[in-house]
Amino acid sequence: METRIENPVIWRRLSVVAILLLAFSGLVWRAIDLQLNRGEFLQMEGNARFLRVMKVPAHRGKILDRNGYPLAISTPVDSVWANPHELHPKGARFNRLVTLLGLDGRQLRRELEARKDREFVFLKRQLDPGLAERVMALGIDGVYLQREYRRYYPMGEVAAHVVGFTNVDDTGQEGIELAFEDRLKGTSGSKRVLRDRTGQSVADVEPIRAPKAGQDLVLSIDKRIQYLAYRTLLAAVKRNRARAGSAVVLDTRSGEVLAMVNQPSYNPNNRSDLVGSRFRNRAITDVFEPGSTAKPFTIAAALGSGRFGTDSLVDTSPGYLEVGKYLVKDIRNHGKIDLGTIVQKSSNVGASKIALALPPEELWQTFSRFGFGQVSGAGFPGEAAGVLNHYFEWGDVHKATLSYGYGISVTALQLARAYAAIANDGRLSPVTFEAANGKVKAARVISEEVALKLRRMLETVVTSGGTGTRAQLEGYRVAGKTGTVRKVTPSGYSEDRYVALFAGMAPMSSPRIVTVVVIDEPNAGDYYGGQVAAPAFAEITQGVLRLLGVAPDDRSLPLRQASATVPSRSVMERIQSALAQLKLPPERHAPEATR
Amino acid sequence: MQETRTLSQRLHLDLPLLIGLATLSCIGLMVLYSAGEESTSTVIRQAVRLLVAFSVMLAVAQINPRHLFHWSPWLYLAGLGLLVAVLYVGDVAQGAQRWLRLGPVNFQPSELAKLTVPMMVAYFFAERTLPPRTLQVFVAALITIVPTFLIVRQPDLGTALLIACSGGFVLFLAGMRWRLILGLVLLLAASAPAMWQVMHDYQRRRVLTFLDPEQDPLGSGYHIIQSKIAIGSGGVYGKGWLNGTQSQLDFLPERSTDFVFAVLSEEFGLLGVALLLAVYLFVVFRGLYIATQAQDSFGRLLGGSLILTFFIYVFVNVGMVSGMLPVVGLPLPLISYGGTSLVTVMAAFGVLMSIHTHRRLLSN
Repeated sequence: METRIENPVIWRRLSVVAILLLAFSGLVWRAIDLQLNRGEFLQMEGNARFLRVMKVPAHRGKILDRNGYPLAISTPVDSVWANPHELHPKGARFNRLVTLLGLDGRQLRRELEARKDREFVFLKRQLDPGLAERVMALGIDGVYLQREYRRYYPMGEVAAHVVGFTNVDDTGQEGIELAFEDRLKGTSGSKRVLRDRTGQSVADVEPIRAPKAGQDLVLSIDKRIQYLAYRTLLAAVKRNRARAGSAVVLDTRSGEVLAMVNQPSYNPNNRSDLVGSRFRNRAITDVFEPGSTAKPFTIAAALGSGRFGTDSLVDTSPGYLEVGKYLVKDIRNHGKIDLGTIVQKSSNVGASKIALALPPEELWQTFSRFGFGQVSGAGFPGEAAGVLNHYFEWGDVHKATLSYGYGISVTALQLARAYAAIANDGRLSPVTFEAANGKVKAARVISEEVALKLRRMLETVVTSGGTGTRAQLEGYRVAGKTGTVRKVTPSGYSEDRYVALFAGMAPMSSPRIVTVVVIDEPNAGDYYGGQVAAPAFAEITQGVLRLLGVAPDDRSLPLRQASATVPSRSVMERIQSALAQLKLPPERHAPEATR
Repeated sequence: MQETRTLSQRLHLDLPLLIGLATLSCIGLMVLYSAGEESTSTVIRQAVRLLVAFSVMLAVAQINPRHLFHWSPWLYLAGLGLLVAVLYVGDVAQGAQRWLRLGPVNFQPSELAKLTVPMMVAYFFAERTLPPRTLQVFVAALITIVPTFLIVRQPDLGTALLIACSGGFVLFLAGMRWRLILGLVLLLAASAPAMWQVMHDYQRRRVLTFLDPEQDPLGSGYHIIQSKIAIGSGGVYGKGWLNGTQSQLDFLPERSTDFVFAVLSEEFGLLGVALLLAVYLFVVFRGLYIATQAQDSFGRLLGGSLILTFFIYVFVNVGMVSGMLPVVGLPLPLISYGGTSLVTVMAAFGVLMSIHTHRRLLSN
């Protein structure tokens, strides 16, 4: 029997061996195919499943004042987010989560349901790390943390308008935060992390790109001056029950903004109750007619034209002037007065007569060179250019009203910059919010001589007999100009709504700073620039000069040992200025619309 | 001869086979340590099971094949009875009724059938002239099909497949005509649509998934996609022991049981796979050699069937894990975590050793 089936048995055995070898080769071939041929692809697929690239947020650059004091800094916080796919919004742990985050459970459930197709929903942003840790300790599936940075503004509402703020995504929205976004924001980095099937990152594998922190930004703002200006403006706005207010302090030489404050303001650290109008950096975004504060530029054009000298006399009698069908009026008949007196008494008739005597081109050029009708170039978002109509469009009426600051609109910053040119011997510096380093490229707009003459005239405004005696300082000579402007309403110029202005510089012998104060709609009785804005100007300027250690240039008044920050007025001086006001009612001019 | 008997001969052990099995066990424990989240207790539990299984092998090896031959019909009938019993009083676990509670131990009658079915078929052919006549083939087929059908009913497709194979292998080794084999294959192919009808939903899904795993990558296709990725990302040299990211990070399902091959592939690469398959090949060929050396038809047929069934285990598992075959719940013998099938596999090796080591005694 064995021998009979010998051959078939051998064949059968051989076929078994062959099939086995074939089968094993099949397995090996499969392994080679997967591991060698397709290995790279499958490895990639595998990596895609457990390696994730995570964003590493970059630290946003700090914003510092000129002395290195922080105005905006970033602190790390954690945000809690959820993957609606994985989070089951039920059970005791979910309720604990809701309680910890202070959320409404039912609403959260609805939200998660509504975003079922998403993979990322923020539950709560910017928690302090301690709370975030407690949330994660609950160990709920589908709940994750994300590191973020929260912006903090140590000066709060005091510097709010200048510094601005970022949104929750750490992107600048307003102010310097917006203007210098590119420099402040860093480049976020990325890292590879190992994640398990549930998506929790298990370990950092490697950094791919280190986050590049944003650059720190040193502003021209001086924290102390900013505080002083803010406090003074706030008090002035309150005292006068004004609608709003602005104050700008400029360094006359460098064009640096030392302080810029507005009322009303807001707290950038808590913007939950924000109204849009509070955001506005009015000193830059809001325009107004400069009124009498524009007169020095008319005089500058007159002196620059060579047709007028300081002792040129202009006959302002009988105290009004007919221009076409309009009547330009002074508060009273000043008679024949020189240019200085026009400025000191703020004579609209005098200014108008000068303007009418000048070629419109020269007048326009002077105003234009001082920067009116153009943005300052500081790069601040939302800056208004104001309006300075081209002289082609001018008629005599326009020419006359322009001479005393109507039919033109300016911002507080523009006004301060133009006054800084007078202070800086006729050279207009570009305005900057950054601490200036190195030489400033200033453009000459009027001659040094004209600038000096203007300053001398402006000083008379503040001295006895002028409209701005309340702008006087202790120990420093001041040059400045008051302005009281009727506001434009839909039905023409208002009878009872004013903008009170004061623009000035100190110390007069070699001006270091220019301060402009704008009080919008004072509503507590006084509304003249000399009553409402000048005291605030004095308080700010006095403090700034002391803070900057500027040497006094006025020996005529006895120096008092003043208290640290609030410049106080001597009794004598108060009496003097009161007398001055009794004798000389402050300027008041009839705007265009007087038939 | 008696004087030179070695220890292994006295213990009725086949040394090459034992070495092969021990090697596989060691590889298994090592991979298990990695797949089982580096838990020592898991490894110890598996080691204890291996010890039990090796003891069973040792015990079975002591039994003379002649006794096995005589017990075959009774064991077969007992197995059949238990399979019927399990359908009525068995415990249900994971949707299948496979377990029988016998006092303190849980017992799967289908495991017993893995041994008794080839034994019975071999018994049937042992005293007959070979090659078998057609009628005998059908009797043998019936012996195989009845328990297979009972196991399909549980349902346990993997085990049913193995048992059908084990019976079929005996038939094949008995010299069943090629013509008949061809006919059966054609018959099977023709009955495929009918089988589709009787299949359970999950079984159909597995077949569909096998045909196109990408169709449902997060559902039924997930297993196979993940395991292919794990194997593929091992590359030639592997990621190193305990460094397999797919398996360590919980992406790979069933990674210490049915899909343990993927863990091994990821961590030891193509080289590891080749080594493992080589050891399996060695064991299978050693088993086949033992079968050919058997001195009677019963030993030859039974031995051959058992070792080929062992091969089917390996082939189906590796084929399934690497995506060549549909997902069938078969473990990788001696590597996968788990005790039930391990004991059966080792008992089968016990039978092989018994066949081999009792040979000389018989010839004496």
